[in-house]
Amino acid sequence: MNDSRCELSSAPAAVSTPRTATADVGLWAGVWKDFRRNRIALAGYYVVLLLIFTAVFADFLANDKPLYLSYKGNSYFPVLRSYLVDLKLRSRPAELLNIDYKKLEGVAAVFPPIPYRQTDVDLFAPLEPPSARHWLGTDRLGRDVMAGMIHGSRISLSIGFVAVGIAVVIGVILGALAGYFGSWIDIVVSRLFEIMLSIPTFFLLITVAAIFRPSIFMTMAIIGLTSWVGIARFTRSEFLRIRNLDYVTAAISIGVSSRKIMFRHILPNALAPVIVSVVLGIAGAILVESSLSFLGIGVPAELVTWGSILNEASGATFAWWLAVFPGFAIFITVLAYYLVGEGLREVLDPRLRGLR
Amino acid sequence: MAAYAFQRLLLMIPTFIGITLVGFLIMRLAPGDPAELRAAGGLAGAAGAGISVDKQASIDVAVAQWRQQYGLDRPLHIQYVIWLKNLITLDFGESFKDNQSVWTKIADRVPITINLNILSILVVYLVAIPLGVYSATQRNTFGDQVTTVVAFILFAVPTVWAATMALVFICGGDFLYLFPPGGLSSVDYDPSWPWWKKLQNQSWHLFLPVVLLSYGGFAGLSRYMRASMLEVLGQDYVQVARAKGLAERLVIMKHVMRNSLIPLVTMLASLLPALIGGSVIIETIFSIPGMGQLGYESVRARDYPTVMALYSVSAVLTLVGILISDLLLSVVDPRIAFGRRQ
Repeated sequence: MNDSRCELSSAPAAVSTPRTATADVGLWAGVWKDFRRNRIALAGYYVVLLLIFTAVFADFLANDKPLYLSYKGNSYFPVLRSYLVDLKLRSRPAELLNIDYKKLEGVAAVFPPIPYRQTDVDLFAPLEPPSARHWLGTDRLGRDVMAGMIHGSRISLSIGFVAVGIAVVIGVILGALAGYFGSWIDIVVSRLFEIMLSIPTFFLLITVAAIFRPSIFMTMAIIGLTSWVGIARFTRSEFLRIRNLDYVTAAISIGVSSRKIMFRHILPNALAPVIVSVVLGIAGAILVESSLSFLGIGVPAELVTWGSILNEASGATFAWWLAVFPGFAIFITVLAYYLVGEGLREVLDPRLRGLR
Repeated sequence: MAAYAFQRLLLMIPTFIGITLVGFLIMRLAPGDPAELRAAGGLAGAAGAGISVDKQASIDVAVAQWRQQYGLDRPLHIQYVIWLKNLITLDFGESFKDNQSVWTKIADRVPITINLNILSILVVYLVAIPLGVYSATQRNTFGDQVTTVVAFILFAVPTVWAATMALVFICGGDFLYLFPPGGLSSVDYDPSWPWWKKLQNQSWHLFLPVVLLSYGGFAGLSRYMRASMLEVLGQDYVQVARAKGLAERLVIMKHVMRNSLIPLVTMLASLLPALIGGSVIIETIFSIPGMGQLGYESVRARDYPTVMALYSVSAVLTLVGILISDLLLSVVDPRIAFGRRQ
């Protein structure tokens, strides 16, 4: 069983194993089967799913609008409706304009579990410790910390995925070129790796952040542009190895174009180790983003992120809830991605066998 | 050895050019050239609201003069050479914030950060190596598993969180007061104190920053050390050493450890950029007047020349670190320096 997988990741996917019907599905079905056996990695995987769920449904989990409202004999779904309004498909119902939902009387309303938005300022309740009203307390402006954390998960998730997406595109292309063509291209790209690795990335980040106007897309782009080296190195070494396999020689001999060989024939087989560094890269990007937004660099000041909530604790050291919860969220997220990454590495990288 | 060092130094030149080129290009990518930035920065500093027409004209004249003075009207590659020359002669221009020379601003801050980083590197290796050796020799025992789990969790703890938690819970907020919340020494620090009192006071202040700066490093490196030890332990010559009756202690200390250290020394090169980045966070949180804190303040003040100077200095520091790790590598593994010529 183990041996057959070793073969699978080093040989073309066309070698089918008895385990599955089609080889392409086979690798990933096998990976999932082995991955699932590692309980801790699986727990990490479920945490990641939970985080994605929170990010996607943030508006339904923490919102000052009710999910359902029965008002003057009509039924409304204000949260859903606001999506349609944002998409300019519908306008806001006129009778509900400028209304404070919480002060409506004699109506049936179902609020989300956290009846606040992350931007709801309540100057009468600044820095309140956790209570039944505010589960995780409030910050300096009286904003609900729980709501901030739920909506902050969107930012950390999107930064992780977009930044690593950029890094994957750059890393895979450069790594593929260097590994496939070798000679001077390889020398130039390898030099580039060395330069990127010697750059104090965090200083580069704050330098760029100082020059451009803070924006979340800018931050995604800079993190992506500075974190591709790991992915590129993995891609390069996989391409170096696979390039010398017989099936590539066969493809070259029948005149398949270089581009097609690289991206159609080699890349799918080189992907496995790259995926590990992608998962670990997401964790890294989330860490960098939280540090940047903690320092208030690179993200707009009005944006509530896990890092920005955490930062308020350093100005009000009695407010322990501002330190404990958002930091724990960053920690758990990073840990979950690490666990998934390590679990995948054990499954995908046969070289590590026997080391653990 | 000297020839090897010289050879490494020469190989570093392209990397140096690459890093400085990145810095130069970022500076040029910024909207407007440095002369315009300087004009804008100067105005922001003087809070110049409501610029009249003739004032604007005089600004234009000044911008044109600066352009000529700093060679900004020359082609790009010549500008780069000028910039590089300024970098080597430590002429970083003047701060937008207070018109002081940037070099005098950073000169007394660089040593603080260097000391902090050297201390952290020492802690990283002094903790990681014994931990890795212990884990590898006690492989798969309870102790090894605990070390593995703790190291893995520590590696995932974000520095910003650990530092904020320390500040809130053990630095004299509403909870414990075990360590000072910031600075390098107490307010009543007196240079005439006996040396042990000075040392005690300073190490009390430096304890938390150094630990916070290094825990991620030793958590990660102890794993590398373990893997590297296990790899060496599986080799034939170790079995030979055991077979000839050498005490296990000697086998580990003399034969296995030395060879397992080789990959760990190369890790120094990748540890350094992370440490320099981490010192921005730690120095800001614990108000330590080093490069990192200055970098943070300069970014907030949009003081580009200072930020650029700090970027260059930290890049040079990283390169020096890489050079040192190369030289150390040839000490740990003599084959590297002399092997090729034999």
